[in-house]
Amino acid sequence: MDLSYTDEEKAFRDEVRGFLAEKLPKEISDKIRAGRNIGKDGYEWWHATLNARGWLNFNWPKEFGGAEWNAIQRHIFEEECAAAYAPRIVPFGLSMLGPVLQKFGSKAQQDYFLPRILNGEHWWCQGYSEPGAGSDLASLKTRAVRDGDHYVVNGQKTWTTLAQYANWIFCLVRTDPEAKAQEGISFLLIDMNTPGIEVRPIVLLDGTPEVNEVFFDDVRVPVENLVGEENKGWTYAKYLLTHERTNIAGVGFSQAGLDMVKRIARIETANGRPLIENPHFAARLARVEIDLMAMATTNMRIISKAAAGQAPGVESSMLKVKGTIIRQEINDLARRAVGPYAMPFASEAVAGDNDPIGPDYAAPVAAQYFNNRKLSIFGGSNEIQRGIIAKVKMGG
Amino acid sequence: MDFNLTEERQMLQDTLRRYLADRYTTPVRNDILASAAGFSADIWRELADLGVLGALFDEADGGFGGAGFDIATVFEELGRAGVVEPVLDSCILGGRLIAQVGSPDQRTLLDQVISGALHLALAHGEPASRYDLSRVETTVRTDGTDLILNGRKAVVVNAEAAGHLIISARETGGPFDLDGISLFLVPAGTPGLGLRGYPMLAGGRAAEVTLDEVRLPEAARLGAAGQGFEPLMNVVAAANVALVAEVLGAMESAVELTRQYLMTRKQFGRPIGTFQALQHRFADMLIELEQARSAVINAAGHLEAPDRDRQIAAARNLVSRVGRLVAEETIQMHGGIALTQEYELAHIAKRIVMSDHRFGDADHHLERFIALGAA
Repeated sequence: MDLSYTDEEKAFRDEVRGFLAEKLPKEISDKIRAGRNIGKDGYEWWHATLNARGWLNFNWPKEFGGAEWNAIQRHIFEEECAAAYAPRIVPFGLSMLGPVLQKFGSKAQQDYFLPRILNGEHWWCQGYSEPGAGSDLASLKTRAVRDGDHYVVNGQKTWTTLAQYANWIFCLVRTDPEAKAQEGISFLLIDMNTPGIEVRPIVLLDGTPEVNEVFFDDVRVPVENLVGEENKGWTYAKYLLTHERTNIAGVGFSQAGLDMVKRIARIETANGRPLIENPHFAARLARVEIDLMAMATTNMRIISKAAAGQAPGVESSMLKVKGTIIRQEINDLARRAVGPYAMPFASEAVAGDNDPIGPDYAAPVAAQYFNNRKLSIFGGSNEIQRGIIAKVKMGG
Repeated sequence: MDFNLTEERQMLQDTLRRYLADRYTTPVRNDILASAAGFSADIWRELADLGVLGALFDEADGGFGGAGFDIATVFEELGRAGVVEPVLDSCILGGRLIAQVGSPDQRTLLDQVISGALHLALAHGEPASRYDLSRVETTVRTDGTDLILNGRKAVVVNAEAAGHLIISARETGGPFDLDGISLFLVPAGTPGLGLRGYPMLAGGRAAEVTLDEVRLPEAARLGAAGQGFEPLMNVVAAANVALVAEVLGAMESAVELTRQYLMTRKQFGRPIGTFQALQHRFADMLIELEQARSAVINAAGHLEAPDRDRQIAAARNLVSRVGRLVAEETIQMHGGIALTQEYELAHIAKRIVMSDHRFGDADHHLERFIALGAA
């Protein structure tokens, strides 16, 4: 047992820190820290900055021009980015579609799409969930019917994150309505500019327009945009999900969130003393920090196994459940910490150049508390994860 | 022991529940939430006409109720329907302060409050005061026969609509002293009174209020000089009864919406409410909801009793804990739909959770409970 990073890993961490210190302007990190939206331009700038360093596609294998970092390097990078309040990497093209195309896509698809994910020409979104297919994704109904050298797509996707920025969408569609649910699904790449596609925003309870409904009305998709084989889409989707879950524990986000709560609690006072000295608040803070310390080690144990070539199985589900509980608890602490100044509506408080209503750190916390209820719902709800754990471990 | 409502309160509950179910529909409420004023003047007048505002005042003050159970009856229904109109601010905090310590002249305003013609707001909390009711740093000094106020008040709910603001200021002593806090009844538009208004996350509007050399006549005093703390404690106690009742009503709505959803939403070929993993969690919520109902009864029944503060601290602590459970669990059992702005549960859950931030969250009231027990 050795709980510290190796010299190589430490050197890598220093390299990441140096990069962030040089390339991440305070103006951007302040926005991320304050929970502000950096917009499409902000994400595109960050992707380009990472791409110039060769670090945007860090999870891609060398044969596709990737950095091919191991699991520990990825973890270090994600942890340092969270600590520095760097923007998130938009995952849809890079860590979801990219690996699927590399494994199952045709040579032509790889040659065409992979470079465009990297250079930002294509912004991808994910067309999985439907109004009637959430946790039970395999019950999806969006139909694709072959018509000559095209598929004709009809149906509706929902919860489509940042579809308003996207020009391409990868979709699960039903190509064989007679087959068993999982067996009649195909994986299609669709240009969002094709006639018949309509994107409608869904306003979430914190006022943010981050998700959308996407409607397909006789949308004609060239057959060469089918990934792999017809009716094998479920296999590819499952493969994608294992990649979606590499940073599933969100340790870096939790650590950054916890640091923020401590910062707030040192400034806020209760009964004339810093809130961080208040025994009730301090106890809440300590409990979640203790949980996070243990989970960070659980995460490293699983990452080390993955770095040694063992695919994570049920452990991903465990990390998702525990990781989201911890992140949500930290969001709850942040809103508690700011007291009455949690009440102003953040979209007003953080909009434009207006001064925040209360302390700057107070503006986003209640909205983030509500918004992050999504963490235990999306990407396979925590109920689904618990079902997986029980099924695997009980041998059902 | 008799846990039934009196006939009058039962009628009030039935009338208000029916009115809100018909009138305060989700589209109506969503329009109100999106409106510039943050509340509906029509609804406000209708609530007054139904006697809902009058039920919050004693007969001697022009009302026909005013006891803890009157407050609980009204606010449980307001909470059930997710009402954002500022009944708490105008009536419980503003009106009941005037009723308690107002001069005969000031008390003439009560008729207008009860009829819905006049809005009030309590400007007491300050940027650093958090939930500490004694922490007042706004100053008052005399200049001849006039009084001059300077300071800043934080998150003053209903400040923009209020015809009069009730403003606290420190006349003597240090920032945490219970003695030396004075109250003033200040007409809107008084020179030196600055309002920066904004919407709130759970609906309604508030403002940051600045007091820059606000000049008032001696007649603007509300109650005796330096003796404002006790009347403030009294209206905040009533407000806490109102808040726990409101959260109870909101939780009943959240649970009912979830029950309906669990029985209609199908995944894996059957209603998700047939999964035992969800059934047990739903059952746990119902158990906690009954605990909350009893806590509200305890609080309402002790509003005039010697151990009022301990009972109310207990109720707010318990209801806050149950409220978080119900808000988070009902959202989780719904899934993504509950996170959309226009779905009713999103609003109801926000009302439940954000009540923590008015007059103290679970930790604050736990501390109060411990301190009062040791006394």
